[in-house]
Amino acid sequence: MSDARFRPGDRVRVHNVDPDHHTRAPRYVRGHHGVVVDSAGEWPLADDRARELPDPRVEPVYTVRFAARDLWGGGGHSVTVDLWQSYLEPEAEA
Amino acid sequence: MSDTHASTPVAARVRRLEERLIEAGLVSEPELDEILARYLAGASPLNGARIVARAWTDDDFRSRLLSDANAAITDVGLSMRSGLQEQRLKVVANTPGEHNVIVCTLCSCYPIGLLGPSPSWYKSEAYRSRVVREPRAVLTEFGLTLPDDVEIVVHDSSSEIRYLVLPLRPAGTDGLGEDDLVGLVTREGLIGTAAV
Repeated sequence: MSDARFRPGDRVRVHNVDPDHHTRAPRYVRGHHGVVVDSAGEWPLADDRARELPDPRVEPVYTVRFAARDLWGGGGHSVTVDLWQSYLEPEAEA
Repeated sequence: MSDTHASTPVAARVRRLEERLIEAGLVSEPELDEILARYLAGASPLNGARIVARAWTDDDFRSRLLSDANAAITDVGLSMRSGLQEQRLKVVANTPGEHNVIVCTLCSCYPIGLLGPSPSWYKSEAYRSRVVREPRAVLTEFGLTLPDDVEIVVHDSSSEIRYLVLPLRPAGTDGLGEDDLVGLVTREGLIGTAAV
């Protein structure tokens, strides 16, 4: 079990990686900045489960809110995406 | 419709898979039937409607629903435990200034137990790709035109969390009780592609 690294209000960036296995980090948020709005419990990492690894990592999942103008260059709305901890890094590291 | 489905290639594939699971001793035929029956028998948008009607009439339930939906929905006899793994339910409330809408861009995740099987458009590539990018235009196509000052929040169900929209209670319904209100709530209202 990983310790929770982020809290609501934290600014984060989604790792801009394109793994060759299944992942639940949608492509349209990779590399983008958002704000953690909720902690959504701890869940087995989908990437590990899809690869049928014997002991899938269990990680905190966060609801992260992205501004449409950051994702698409326009639009007044926002999009929330639920992301496993290892998909994220603190904004300062970006 | 089940008659026609039984003869499709997908149905044959599902049946072969079931047979292999049974042969391998992982599940028995009656167990499989029971799991499927339990999962689908109670799956209906009526469940979501009952949650909403209770939230409209009971402020304490509403606040518990928004902070811990899994616990709150046991009040109306529901749970997120009907599948193989309990899923987390997050209820997002519309307000006069904010409208919520649900999608799963990666596949078609959906709170089946509370809303029944999902509509075909929910699974379409057009809806999944467009609603995160231009939700106002998509909602207009559904017949829902929101005032410009209403902010739209799109929730992409990318993990084990399932979403349900708590629509605004319609004006002029002050005299209605919980049971009457249930009948006003639509599946599209619970997804966020319509107002109630």
